[in-house]
Parts: sequence; C-alpha cells; structure tokens
Amino acid sequence: MKNMNLNLLVWRQKDAGSKGKMESYIAENISLDMSFLEMLDQVNEDLIKKGLDPIEFDSDCREGICGACGVVVNGQVHGPQRATTVCQLYMRNFKDKDKIVIEPFRARAFPVIRDLVIDRSSFDRIIMAGGYISVNTGGAPDANSIPVAKEIVDKAMDAAACIGCGACVAACPNASASLFTAAKISHLALLPQGKIERKKRAEKMVSQMDKEGFGDCSNIGECEAACPKEISISHIARMKREYFRAVVDEIEK
Amino acid sequence: MLPVFTALRSSVGKKILMAMTAFSLVLFVVVHLLGNLKLLSRNSNAFNIYAHKMMSLGGLLYVAEIGLLLLFLTHIIIAGLIFIGKRNARPVGYYMNKRLCKPGYNFIGSTTMIYTGAMILIFLVVHLMHFKFGPGIKDGYIKEVDGKSVRDLHRLVVEGFQSFWYVSFYTAVISLLGIHLSHGFWSAFQSLGINHPRYTPLILGVGILIAITLSLGFISLPVLLYFIG
Repeated sequence: MKNMNLNLLVWRQKDAGSKGKMESYIAENISLDMSFLEMLDQVNEDLIKKGLDPIEFDSDCREGICGACGVVVNGQVHGPQRATTVCQLYMRNFKDKDKIVIEPFRARAFPVIRDLVIDRSSFDRIIMAGGYISVNTGGAPDANSIPVAKEIVDKAMDAAACIGCGACVAACPNASASLFTAAKISHLALLPQGKIERKKRAEKMVSQMDKEGFGDCSNIGECEAACPKEISISHIARMKREYFRAVVDEIEK
Repeated sequence: MLPVFTALRSSVGKKILMAMTAFSLVLFVVVHLLGNLKLLSRNSNAFNIYAHKMMSLGGLLYVAEIGLLLLFLTHIIIAGLIFIGKRNARPVGYYMNKRLCKPGYNFIGSTTMIYTGAMILIFLVVHLMHFKFGPGIKDGYIKEVDGKSVRDLHRLVVEGFQSFWYVSFYTAVISLLGIHLSHGFWSAFQSLGINHPRYTPLILGVGILIAITLSLGFISLPVLLYFIG
C-alpha cells in the first residue's frame, strides 16, 4: 500500500494560562502500519527539523494498558475505533488526503497544560480519597486463602480494567467522572478485602469527585461507548448503591 | 460522617431526589390522563362531576396541591443545578464533536432533558393559567352537578381545543413529554442504582412504551374532541 498524506487540524496551546487555537499541519508520507501516535511522532520530527515547536501529547506504554494517552480524533474520544486507546489506533483506519481534527480531552477538572497534554491529577485525588484498601505491611497472605466466587471476580475484574485515561469524562456531555469513580468503588467493593472500607470509600470518593468540578451523571451512556476498556455503566448503579448504603448506615447510628 | 442533607446535595443524592420526584410525577401524569379520559364520556357532564368530586376534597386537595408543587419544584431546581454544573464542568467545548450513541441508550432523549423539561414547564404555566386560574362560574362557565352550580370545565377544554394554535402547542409539548419520559423512566431506575443485565433492557423498553402510551393518550383528547365535539 502507498503511503498517505493527511491534513491535520491540531489544538495548539502554549501553556495552561494562554489561549489556544486550532492549527493546520500536513502529515506527509504516513505508513498505514503506523499507530496514530507514531504518525504524530513523524509530524513532530518534521516540525523539529524545520525549527518549529513539536506538538505535545501524552503517551507511555503505547500498548493500550497504561492510560497515559488520549486525544479526541475527529470528535471521537480515542478515535474512531471502539474499545481502543489512541495509541492502539492504526493509520489504516484513515484514507489518503483525510482531514483529521485532533483536540485534547475537555473538562474543567482536566486543564490543558500544553497542546494535547492535560492535567488529570483530579483523578489521582479521587483515588487518594479512598480508592485503596488499608493493609498492614508484612508477609504476603497465602494465595487463595480468601475464596471469592467466580461471578464476583469477573465483575470486579471488569471494573478493575479501568486505566484511568479519562475518556469517560471527555466523552460525557456533562463532563462527569462517574464511570471512573464508579469503576474504582465497584472494583474494591465487590472483593472481600475491599468490603471492609466500602462505606467510607464510597462517601469520600464521591465527595472528592464532586469537589473536583466534574458534571453530574445524566445516564446518557456516552462514557461506556467511549471507554477503551468497555466498562459498563452498571458500575455507576453500583456506586449509587454503595453511596446509598453509606447514607442509610449513618442514619442507623 | 455523612449527614443526610450533605448526602442529598452530592451528585448521587441529587439524582436520587430527581428519580424519586420523577416517579411521583409520572404517577401524577398517569392519574391526570385517566381523569381526562372522562372528557370522552357520552355524558358531557362526566368530567365536571369528576372535577367537582376533586374540589369537594377540601383540605385534602390543598395538601395534594402543595405536595405536587413541592415535587415539581424539587425536580426543576435540581434540573437547574445539574444544567449549571454541566456548563461549568466544560468551559471550553470541542471543535468537532461526534457522539457515539451506543445502541440501547436513548441519545435524543437523554441529551435534551433540560430543554424538553423547560418546554413542559412553560406549558404547565399556560395550563394552570387556563384551568386553575382561568375563567369560572362568574364568566358563564356554569353547569349543574347534584343540584349545585359548578364550573363547566368540559366546555373550557372543548373551547380551548378549537384553537389551531393551542392544539399545535399542546401536541408539540405532549410529544416532548414523551421524549422526556423515553429517557427519564429508565434513567430514574439507574439513578437509584437499579441496573441488571436482564431487567435493564426491559425497563428501557417499558419506559419507551409508557412514553408513547401517555403521549398518544393525551394527544387523543384534542383529536377526538374535535370530531365528537
């Protein structure tokens, strides 16, 4: 197959304080076997050779498991291929002369640091609020010493697949972080080790999520559709039950 | 510590209130439609008799009206808060935005809730001015029920439906109510944490069925009254 030339329209922003704008670039001689980020790498090499500032974007593992990358491609979070992070999106999804619009994830709680790089530390603060289990250090417990039913393990694993990329927030018309927070609450609440702190966790994580300035969940389902790990909004329902449980328990006291 | 008031102000709590008021309001709309069907009775006084019975409830009617007002207010205020929160949560929008609209979810209904809701609110004001605070006995809308003079609501309705513009507005708003409910019904379940791989698709379907039934039920009134008078 012949290599392609593409017309890019990319969001450029010098730093968090300055106003950004969309700028046009031509991506020349792009192989169909390149990943989307490799395409950007090549564009950046050309820019550097010309003495221009490269387009900044986040990436780490480039195999779809770390959650570092994420841009909006032609209006779709992580690009047109479902259940895929943008690093696993290949250029064979595009045609020669295609126009490609590339933007950062948009949310107040995800401020742009530069170009396509956003600050997702709001997610870290939600995790810090309760997305962990408290275990004393010491010898590792025996494997299989706590039996967990297969169906429960499967559900917990589905939620634990969350890589925290922020696609759910970016895709949500309300910029809600419910799917992310729910995945973390759900994953831990389902397992025996996590059940002990479930009430405090649900309360703290939801209240931190609200504090960060994310929108409310309107049950639209865009997050589930955009999630590269296909996490279901049934976990959002579980988050509501967990929170409800915490409230009811407080009344009982 | 998780005081109830704080909990209800959280993102989860707001939606719990939204869902509970939504269910109550759906119930009210169903009862309202059943009452309105009396308009289609052969006895042109049937609706007036029904209305008179309601009016005779006395103090109980006031309790019901205040309850209804509180339900509406709660629903509307939280809707406003959610809308403001959504606007604040994304100050810079997308240059290009393609929604994914996963099959099974109702994208048209879910993203227009605030607008369909606002139209229903406008209708509600017009509707209350027309009937609750509209022309009464002293304006000549008078009918006999059990030997007593009561307000002729039947005539007020039928006369209202003679106006092409009113019928168009009515039909449009009722259709929007249908769109509102087509997402609202299942969404209320989800907001209360009710989600199940087998029953959620069923709830979605029932919601759409309720939306269509209620819309057609209300729209049937101007259509049928026009033909049978």
